[in-house]
Amino acid sequence: MIPAKFDYVRPSSVDEAVAALRDAGEDAKILAGGQSLLPVLRLRLAAPSVIIDLGGIADLRRIAEDGDRIAIGAMAPHHDVMRDDLVKQHVSLLSQATATVADPQVRHRGTLGGALAHADPAGDLGAVALALDAEFVIAGASGTRTVPASEFFVDYFTTAIGEGEILTQVRFPKYTGWATHYEKFNRTAQAWSMCAVAVALRIDGGSIAEARVGLTNMGTTPIRASGVEAALVGQQANEDSARAAAEHATEGTAAPSDADAASDYREHLARVLTGRAVLAAAG
Amino acid sequence: MAQVRVTVDGVNYADDVEPRMLLVQYLRERLGKTGTVVGCDTSNCGACTVHLNGQSVKSCSVLAVQADGAEVLTIEGLARDGELHPVQKAFNECHGLQCGYCTPGMIMAAVDLLGDNPDPDETEVREGIEGNLCRCTGYQNIVRSVQRAAQMMKPGASVPTESPAPVAGGN
Repeated sequence: MIPAKFDYVRPSSVDEAVAALRDAGEDAKILAGGQSLLPVLRLRLAAPSVIIDLGGIADLRRIAEDGDRIAIGAMAPHHDVMRDDLVKQHVSLLSQATATVADPQVRHRGTLGGALAHADPAGDLGAVALALDAEFVIAGASGTRTVPASEFFVDYFTTAIGEGEILTQVRFPKYTGWATHYEKFNRTAQAWSMCAVAVALRIDGGSIAEARVGLTNMGTTPIRASGVEAALVGQQANEDSARAAAEHATEGTAAPSDADAASDYREHLARVLTGRAVLAAAG
Repeated sequence: MAQVRVTVDGVNYADDVEPRMLLVQYLRERLGKTGTVVGCDTSNCGACTVHLNGQSVKSCSVLAVQADGAEVLTIEGLARDGELHPVQKAFNECHGLQCGYCTPGMIMAAVDLLGDNPDPDETEVREGIEGNLCRCTGYQNIVRSVQRAAQMMKPGASVPTESPAPVAGGN
């Protein structure tokens, strides 16, 4: 199918994009990589009157070191993020999770910022951003503001990005030397996660000094598995501690039931995948 | 209307298009490049895969206006001077197709994969073409074809012709 008619704007700076968004009013839609938006437009699940394409803003594709952060432009494609040396070295969990997103063609077009702003609870990158305490830089008419990941994901497909605002950058603290793994369960190669678990561990002398764990598709937003984290800290990284910590994986979750999986099955998956992810991270 | 200037298979074009026109529509309906096919129309199957500035993309999920200023390579631009691309030859030799509908997309995905990883093992081939579905489920010979193409594309390679693996209903 063909999308409904719309006007198309391709600004060359963030300021121009914010101005275009203000001019277009609430019926405008931001186009990042288009790998979620274009299918939605084609199926006519949405019919915005104006599309504002951020593809002409070269600055938004940059990945750079910024003090104790790795700053990733919202328009950096998944393909670039997963291969970037800075990301591999300092935010390996993001690199690993991004490599599991969709397929090569989609990763060439789809972007980190687009996926996070879309906020599909089955998307893989929200759990990573949440577990790693990423910060979201959001531009609007009155300048930019920074929102922590803990406040960014508000609800099903809903984020803290307000009307007239654009996500421009995602900033990750460095987790250099941490042991990380993203364990994803889906039915077919390119499918969304039925459930997935993001784990980052700082292991010191064989025992877990710090743990960060995020869950994908276990509620209307990504979920931080604080119970698992608390159970892991101070433990040796082994099968017993992984299994014991994994028992906490469903705390605070509200797993959906759908054609892929009932909620109790997702809860089972969350426990199993948490155990596997911890062991895989610990190597 | 919006203007799109694009190079497709080495030829420059400048056209006025509706912003909602998909790249695959532009290629097929405006330029007559019907070698690129529409499969699922929901960005799952990869039959419409082309290269945009050297990277594989699903042309049903890109607007023609997003290709403004870009270089597009379709299945029709792969052969050089009447000589098939090694990946095309390998799909022919190894019978990497059944009904053939997924073939243009499979080949474009495989060319991208081999550009990235000239010597993929079987798992890497399967992961490299995970964005492309074969409705005949003929993956076995598709994977063989890609591995065969990798051999053929090695510098100085001279590989003997191989007969295709037997397939159901084949000889």
